[in-house]
Amino acid sequence: MVDQSTQPDATAAIPDSGAKDISLWRIALRNRGVYYGGVMLAIIVVIAIAGPWLVQDPTSLNPMNRLKAPGEGGLFGTDQLGRDVFSRVLNGARVSLVVGIFVAVIAISIGLVLGLVAGYIRWTDAIIMRVMDGLMSIPAILLAIAMISLSGATLTTVVAAIVIPEIPRVTRLVRSVVLTVREEAYVEAAIAAGTRTYLIMARHVLPNTIAPLIVQATYICGSAMLTEAILGFLGAGIPPEIPSWGNIMSEGRTFFQLTPWIIFFPGIALAVTVLAVNVVGDGLRDTLDPRIARNMR
Amino acid sequence: MFAYVLKRVAMTIPVMGVVALFVFALLRLAPGDPAAVIAGDYATAEDVARIREQLGLSEPLFVQFFTWVWSLLQGDLGTSIFSGKPVIELIGQRIEPTMLLALTTIIFSILVAVPLGTIAAFRAGSLVDRFVMLFSVGGFSVPVFVLGYILIYVFSLNLRWLPVQGYRSPFTEGIGPFLSYITLPTLTLSVIFIALIARMTRASVIEVLEEDYIRTARAKGQSELKVLMRHALRNAAVPIVTVIGIGIALLIGGVVVTESVYNIPGLGRLVLDAVLARDYPIIQGLILFFSFIYILLNLLIDLTYTFLDPRIRY
Repeated sequence: MVDQSTQPDATAAIPDSGAKDISLWRIALRNRGVYYGGVMLAIIVVIAIAGPWLVQDPTSLNPMNRLKAPGEGGLFGTDQLGRDVFSRVLNGARVSLVVGIFVAVIAISIGLVLGLVAGYIRWTDAIIMRVMDGLMSIPAILLAIAMISLSGATLTTVVAAIVIPEIPRVTRLVRSVVLTVREEAYVEAAIAAGTRTYLIMARHVLPNTIAPLIVQATYICGSAMLTEAILGFLGAGIPPEIPSWGNIMSEGRTFFQLTPWIIFFPGIALAVTVLAVNVVGDGLRDTLDPRIARNMR
Repeated sequence: MFAYVLKRVAMTIPVMGVVALFVFALLRLAPGDPAAVIAGDYATAEDVARIREQLGLSEPLFVQFFTWVWSLLQGDLGTSIFSGKPVIELIGQRIEPTMLLALTTIIFSILVAVPLGTIAAFRAGSLVDRFVMLFSVGGFSVPVFVLGYILIYVFSLNLRWLPVQGYRSPFTEGIGPFLSYITLPTLTLSVIFIALIARMTRASVIEVLEEDYIRTARAKGQSELKVLMRHALRNAAVPIVTVIGIGIALLIGGVVVTESVYNIPGLGRLVLDAVLARDYPIIQGLILFFSFIYILLNLLIDLTYTFLDPRIRY
């Protein structure tokens, strides 16, 4: 969401020292999207951490209490095995958040290294970028399905299968920042002064990638949660015993006409979570990265 | 121009090579004996040996790769392990619903998103604009299949306006049934696409509206509609078309899910059935096929830039 009233502060784009980082976050929090999305996300995180302690076991079966409507059997009703849907949805929040955060961190780390190498060491550029082009042309969902079906469905393989298609975008982003920064006068000055390459990278190039990477990380986190749910829904995701939102919805398909809430509750939970992440992402983009914000206004 | 086209076509060759290498490596790098993985838990030693033979897994790796690429170049995508039919034939049997669903989605999305994004840009900050921006954030947050089930619930189960699931071919069963069955899947799949295109259209038109030639057009008394259509939208076309091309990847992923929700017997269902049956040649063939389509469409889009924007010369 774009907030017209808070124009991005030009100084926010240069996070070059520790002291400025603090004010950077303060500026970011002034953005309505970051603020409201952040509050929403904080509530979801608290629910995900505390919730499962407060409800019954999401895997406990109760055959006498099958396919009950919301209110009649628990807050969100029960599924075809008599399991409490409310408890399952609460537990699913953990799975989604864990997948989202892990995918974002791993994809950003790998993409950062590849992007720095491609942008700074000229002979690797063509090789790395052609590989990224190729990877980008493979439909992400299909690649993930193929990887999981070959290596067996576990939390690790699912995370890996979602990470790999995300890497090219991060690599491209980092590389473009490196290429821009490399032409800056202060980098030329550093080179002329005889600063070593790794120091130039650490002092001048890396800080410039932080703001766009934070923004990118939120988008990856949101799309990873969606992909995880899609894989679970298609029956190609995390093992069915784990109550992830995708798995709950996948099991809800059989009795959809009778008990649509088994799909709707986790679906709403997922949509609200992803929305919160995306709203924070848009807000951060507007405040931290005026260059992109100008294009996407 | 001709030199550019040739160069651009040549550039797709390494990309396709990388795709082929990925797809090839996928099976060979998977943990364990790939033949045993494909054969499944209840396979006998003969089954495993037969699959190893069929996939040529006992040859040295580079021999395997080049024989495989050579047969790909001749249009051979491999043979299904279970039905014994060529993968290309199976794709041929299932391609119609998928292509038509993708086509209706693209057409519908462009028809909705481009005017929506243009109006939002023209009235930036207004209620319409806020609605469009809200929709474009929301569209990226709702999972495709949840949306599908909500539409089925409302329009099929409660209002009973449209059929719940299934597919009717426009060629054998007529346009009427086809449209009534394809409407909900198209709406489902369009939401994320509309969000993407409307957002890009808005951003792109806003930028163009600040240009000097727009002021000139207005100063000479041209009507606002003409300013928008003839000057703004035309100049904003390149980024919009680019984002449609990038969106094709999104569309392919969405088709697999949508076909599963609506029980449409297309390529998406072929993939999922192949996953369940561990029919790896089909999965491999489909990944290659979809990647090829994606690369081809983006090549075509790159080549249309000169027509959209005469300032671009190669």
